Amino acid sequence: MADESYPEELRYHPEHDWARTDGDEATFGITWYAQDALGEVVFFEPPDVGSEVSKDKTYAEVESVKAVSDVTSPLSGEITEVNAALTDKPEAINSDPYGEGWLVKVKLSDPSELDTLLDAGAYEKLLSES
Amino acid sequence: MSEEAAPGALPTAPTSVDGGTPMQRDRATTIFEHSVEGRRAAVLPQCDVPETPLEELIPKRLLREAPAELPEIAEPEIVRHYNRISRRNFDLDTCFYPLGSCTMKHNPRLNEKVAALPGHARLHPAQEPKRAQGALELMWRLSEALSEICGLPHVSLQPSAGSHGELAGLLLTRAYHADRGEERMRVLTPDTAHGTNPASVTMAGYEVVKVATDERGGVDLDDLRSKADERTACLMLTNPNTLGLFDENITEISSIIHEAGGTLYYDGANLNAIMGRSRPGDMGFDIVHVNLHKTFSQPHGGGGPGAGPIAVSERIEPYLPRPQVIRRESANGGPAFDLDFDRPKSIGRLRGFQGNFGVFVRSYAYILSLGGDGLKEASETAVLNANHLLAKLGEGRAGRYAPIAFDRRPMHEFVLSGAPAKKELGVKTLDIAKRLLDYGFHPPTVYFPLLVDEALMIEPTETETRETLDAFTDAVEAILAEAEDDPEVARQAPYTTPVRRLDEVGASRRPVIRQPLG
Repeated sequence: MADESYPEELRYHPEHDWARTDGDEATFGITWYAQDALGEVVFFEPPDVGSEVSKDKTYAEVESVKAVSDVTSPLSGEITEVNAALTDKPEAINSDPYGEGWLVKVKLSDPSELDTLLDAGAYEKLLSES
Repeated sequence: MSEEAAPGALPTAPTSVDGGTPMQRDRATTIFEHSVEGRRAAVLPQCDVPETPLEELIPKRLLREAPAELPEIAEPEIVRHYNRISRRNFDLDTCFYPLGSCTMKHNPRLNEKVAALPGHARLHPAQEPKRAQGALELMWRLSEALSEICGLPHVSLQPSAGSHGELAGLLLTRAYHADRGEERMRVLTPDTAHGTNPASVTMAGYEVVKVATDERGGVDLDDLRSKADERTACLMLTNPNTLGLFDENITEISSIIHEAGGTLYYDGANLNAIMGRSRPGDMGFDIVHVNLHKTFSQPHGGGGPGAGPIAVSERIEPYLPRPQVIRRESANGGPAFDLDFDRPKSIGRLRGFQGNFGVFVRSYAYILSLGGDGLKEASETAVLNANHLLAKLGEGRAGRYAPIAFDRRPMHEFVLSGAPAKKELGVKTLDIAKRLLDYGFHPPTVYFPLLVDEALMIEPTETETRETLDAFTDAVEAILAEAEDDPEVARQAPYTTPVRRLDEVGASRRPVIRQPLG
């Protein structure tokens, strides 16, 4: 399992999701805190490529040894790719939540929503207060 | 510390493995691994009637080509094998088992004795009603008793488990709305609901809509009002809820749902808290399921024979499963019991025959042996035990490292949050749970409900003594004290069980589901 970290270049949703953006393209995943709280992940149920996701709504499910949890979308857009490698290796979500453990790629419908997300410092502050 | 512990003092649990316990060294085997060709447990006597070849009795296409591969073992080896396996079990008959929401109360042996009487145990399920009057009368009387406890006039004993009762309740809800020409597709469940509730909703073809919990641990009324409308088929609720808290807004909740035209379903998982004190029917519920293996002392069966009877209001009665056990007057003036199939609006049969009869016998024996006052006292003692345990835990380190999640007086169970233990000691709820095994206690329910971080859900039941509850408190205290010194002790636990930490991830990702023969 990876050590706790919250990379500076990412933006964070309070429901413990991250987004890495490049223009109107984004990659989503769950944070170190989320994977630690879930425990060892055994299954990732991805959405369909081409489906729409909306900010703050759930778009996928992650199953761990403890529970099945919904994954919240940090931004809105259309799914362009899902991480197929997670089918055989869902543990990547635990071992490398910001790298190999990415969940989906999305073409953003409203890149300005990015301003509503937290930076790493604000997200860590949120965690320390909870 | 001296070798001889003071009477009642907590034995010190080991903190390392040291070559393992005898049970750990004895690898668990399956009965097939003991098989030796030609070995037999019994020798049958010579047949004293003419033998007819199987081929003449059974069509050839239905006959096996090769004999079934069954284990071949002598009787003493069979006895030892199953005895050995049974000793690896952690069970209610050996240990305190405060598994929240499961009501692991003692299973009185009197019930077993009554259920084993030949008239009960040897009754054939296909017996005609007129030759099974006693059995039907018992079922009728059990229904009457459950009806009184739930405060609802009609009962069906058909559902075979709590989850089956939930499915039945949702099918009844659909039949009720359909009969009125309404199509409603949404079922509301609180976010603290038992996992079976949303599962049953989905299985019945409905859509789950979650209702939030307010800061006092009850249903968030504003959220409920915003979600209850003409699309609402039903609200499924447990009261006291999964946090062990009695929702004091229950009459308001019930009027919101009834005004929206929905039905109100009571998950009877926590009925053990309220017997003789309050009744779901009086709270406004239309349908209740009762877990006979929880509240009514039937042994938990590990998925074996169960029963989840339902009690319903007048407006739901026409749709109850078919047949119903009824009492009518016989030709000679006495009562006669029968199965009533003439139920045109019924949702139909839910299972073959009339249910798991032995379960009915045990639960009816339990109800009779306690009586109305006894059942009330059982519930009161269950609540008292939970509150005693909570208060005792709160006095020690648990008060700091695992405080109650919603600080209100609970009923028969309560939920602690191990979040401070995780943060300050580096010991998770799972570690505390595993370490409890070394102290001879079954862990509480963990990581449920999901809205409580690092949840520990504890339900002692009424059948535990004060000494047992206090010993459990001492164990939790010892575990947290140990963790202050060295968190590794809990992180590596358990040390004394036949198997240590199980590979849950491997079991989920790469399950081995076939046992090779021989």
